[in-house]
Amino acid sequence: MTLRIHADLVAKILEQSRVEYPDECCGVILGPEGSDNPVELKPMINAAHSPTFYEFDSKDLLALYRELDEKSKEIVVVYHSHTETQAYPSRTDIAYASEPNAHYVLVSTRKEIAPESEFRSYRIINGEVTEEPVEIISA
Amino acid sequence: MSTASSTTIDVRIPTILRPYTNGEKVVTAEANNLGDLITALNVKYAGLGERLLENNELRRFINIYINDEDVRFMGSLAATLKAGDSVTILPAVAGGCK
Repeated sequence: MTLRIHADLVAKILEQSRVEYPDECCGVILGPEGSDNPVELKPMINAAHSPTFYEFDSKDLLALYRELDEKSKEIVVVYHSHTETQAYPSRTDIAYASEPNAHYVLVSTRKEIAPESEFRSYRIINGEVTEEPVEIISA
Repeated sequence: MSTASSTTIDVRIPTILRPYTNGEKVVTAEANNLGDLITALNVKYAGLGERLLENNELRRFINIYINDEDVRFMGSLAATLKAGDSVTILPAVAGGCK
């Protein structure tokens, strides 16, 4: 399935990945429940503050899921950055992926490709990774 | 009346664990602390306990909350439950390049 996403959201995620470098950055994009349409960018704090790991803060995580329930939203995209490796899910990413309906977006800030950045999307279901096309919609 | 001392608790189940609860988003079980609650859940929904525990401890990348509080700050499996408490299970959103 293709991820269709507005160019401004892509730009904001890439910007966040550069601002938070050398730590990994992370966040979600929410949309109306059942829409598969990413509209609302929510950068999250990387509670791990690490260049090799990210984790949503436990309280932020609860607040996020409460909001989804109360406002009938869903997590359409879960994104994070890899700082020195390619934008492909690591073993850790695959092991902890827990939203079978979400697009898992990886961006990379590795130096070889600076100042360009990779922006790629995957489905991760039961440990199986499938890359999917990304269609960027211009404003 | 034999189990009059146990309290019925609502438990919110995340999407990824709903295959264990026949698709139910909220289930109930009776217990007075979190460890007993997980045992009771596992009796009703075989296999669920193993997704929450490892070596009789809460798995690192599973978050469980009693009302608004992460149980890791409440004694983990020993955290007590009282009437009206609501339990939420959420897998951590985590990963990294390794």
